[in-house]
Amino acid sequence: MRRAVLILLPYTWLAALFLVPFLIVIKISLSDTALAIPPYTPTLDLTQGWEGIRTWWAGLDFENFVFLTEDDLYWKAYLSSLKIAVISTLITLSIGYPIAYGMARAPEEWRPTLMMLVILPFWTSFLIRVYAWKAILSKEGFLNQILLATGLIDDPLIILNTNTAVYIGIVYTYLPFMILPLYAALEKLDGALLEAAEDLGCSRLSAFWLVTVPLSKQGIIAGCFLVFIPVVGEFVIPALLGGSETLMIGKVLWEEFFSNRDWPVASAVAVILLAILIIPIVLFLKNEEKQREAEG
Amino acid sequence: MADKPRKLPQEVFAPWEDPEAKPLIQFRNVTKRFGEFTAIDDLTLDIYEREFFALLGPSGCGKTTMMRMLAGFEAPTEGQILLDGQNIAPVPPNLRPVNMMFQSYALFPHLSIWDNIAFGLKRDKLPKDKIAARVEEMLRLTRLEKFARRKPHQISGGQRQRVALARSLAKAPKLLLLDEPLGALDRKLREDTQFELMDIQEKTGTTFVIVTHDQEEAMTVASRIAVMNHGKIVQVDTPARIYEAPANAYVADFIGDVNLIEGTATRTGEDRCSVRFAEAADPITAECTADLSDGIAVTYAIRPEKILVTADRPADRANALEGQIIDIGYLGNISTYHVELPGGQMIKAAMTNSTRLDRRDFTWDDRVWLSWRETAGVVLTE
Ligand SMILES: Nc1ncnc2c1ncn2[C@@H]1O[C@H](COP(=O)(O)OP(=O)(O)O)[C@@H](O)[C@H]1O
Ligand SMILES: [Mg+2]
Repeated sequence: MRRAVLILLPYTWLAALFLVPFLIVIKISLSDTALAIPPYTPTLDLTQGWEGIRTWWAGLDFENFVFLTEDDLYWKAYLSSLKIAVISTLITLSIGYPIAYGMARAPEEWRPTLMMLVILPFWTSFLIRVYAWKAILSKEGFLNQILLATGLIDDPLIILNTNTAVYIGIVYTYLPFMILPLYAALEKLDGALLEAAEDLGCSRLSAFWLVTVPLSKQGIIAGCFLVFIPVVGEFVIPALLGGSETLMIGKVLWEEFFSNRDWPVASAVAVILLAILIIPIVLFLKNEEKQREAEG
Repeated sequence: MADKPRKLPQEVFAPWEDPEAKPLIQFRNVTKRFGEFTAIDDLTLDIYEREFFALLGPSGCGKTTMMRMLAGFEAPTEGQILLDGQNIAPVPPNLRPVNMMFQSYALFPHLSIWDNIAFGLKRDKLPKDKIAARVEEMLRLTRLEKFARRKPHQISGGQRQRVALARSLAKAPKLLLLDEPLGALDRKLREDTQFELMDIQEKTGTTFVIVTHDQEEAMTVASRIAVMNHGKIVQVDTPARIYEAPANAYVADFIGDVNLIEGTATRTGEDRCSVRFAEAADPITAECTADLSDGIAVTYAIRPEKILVTADRPADRANALEGQIIDIGYLGNISTYHVELPGGQMIKAAMTNSTRLDRRDFTWDDRVWLSWRETAGVVLTE
């Protein structure tokens, strides 16, 4: 009995906070838009009993999903989001790996401090930090002022409201999510393994590729998913730093909801986004499980 | 203790006694400092081909540092290390014909046993079939054939240790370094593995340098032992000579059990002297070197098993002292008697238990005679 309760508890939690809202979103995505509150039909009217349920059910269809395939804005936005997510994940990995490696190799007494420095940005609001990048990257911003003052450039660089600014913002924001799992993996790495590799004929570089990289694989995978998954649906960064060229599905979703007030289409966009992300999420969980097995 | 199966006299292996023999490794006045701390202090040592050389000493005396200098992970602060007459200082670890078996084994957790052993061979870019043949050979040698496909975490500690050995042997190095290779094994497994190591060393003809802090292990496997202390070598010799003719009290005390009796020596003959250690007791008669001067302070060292414990004074022994049993340590195969001599000197004597416990001859507070021959102990001046 107690066992059953203990097992039921997390499932109830999951059902209440994920499954039920998700089912509601699916239901909305199958509805039609309407000038009403809430702005869609049909709504379930249980006072009419069985008949009410039947008319409600009859009112649901896949119209909105068909619509998404007809307008190329949507699939372009999905593709563009995936592309931005892939590229920024790779950039984050290539910046995060050396940082995590340096942290793991640093003298033991420095490591907590370095760790603090990585986590420190989380202590201020994410929005404020992204706004700060506006001040840095704008035409009259700090970056251009410094570059102009030092004479490195003659005309100010246009970075704000381009995809470059979006990449900078994403990499900056998500870097800690990459560094932390990488650091956890690299810190566990036994230095004797690298010496053993060298002893057996590896150069420093090949020891890195043959020992360090494979042994931090779990960290690389975890870090990449922790960056990739939220970036695909990212809305705030492209909205604040991006320009007209920046096409991301998170932005499209927001506009459908709040500008067009078309909840059913917005819901359909969200449902497809989740369907796309299910694959990496499942892979991510598999990786975590494998890691636990390897350690256990 | 030193019951290593000795080779027949005509093929005694002792290149260190041959002035013509060329050492494989030479430490020439090597000093290694870490900051202010001197880990290796002006050390000079020759190690010959096919030797099973043991470095023995307390923790922190610099054994691992010596190994790491041979492997190339540390560079001497002063002095030179020669391998085959060549200074190895400029050669990086991956290019030295030296392999090391790490204290922690350092097996690659992401590779199978087979790939761990093949790791070094693959770096040499050998053809695939050669690598496979060599790996199979190593698996056979270390009796690991059944585990080739497993990962290191799927085998036992003893098997891991054999993988580490196979991996370091696979490249057929000129010199194999073993840093406390058996430290993690329990006693029975350790003894088996010691004989296995000696067997493999004999089969492959590789020169082994083994680090250990277990003196029994060093005695069992080594052709020669270097006893170290504070970054210096105190004595280098065969196990038998280290045990029977220690150079000083430190070595005598470090290897095996010993009674150290402090006294003053008086010359009594050509190569005889007497050591007086207490007013109330007769002096000890002992062999000593010709250059011993009269009246100097010496330490007389005698092993417990060289001392006979009897109820009556034996007639045929040069040294016989009466004392009282204070304590008896029963160890199964032997019993150790702690006997107090007149003047308070305590002496340990070990007797094999050839009879069963209930018929033991002596008990606490019995007065007994301790006796031994002139040649049983040594007079140490350091
Ligand atoms: N990298 C290092 N930095 C500073 N001190 C070291 C280093 N390596 C070893 N030592 C010191 O050198 C001494 C000898 O160490 P080691 O050779 O490991 O001794 P052991 O005989 O126990 O193997 C120890 O006191 C140790 O603290
Ligand atoms: Mg050591």
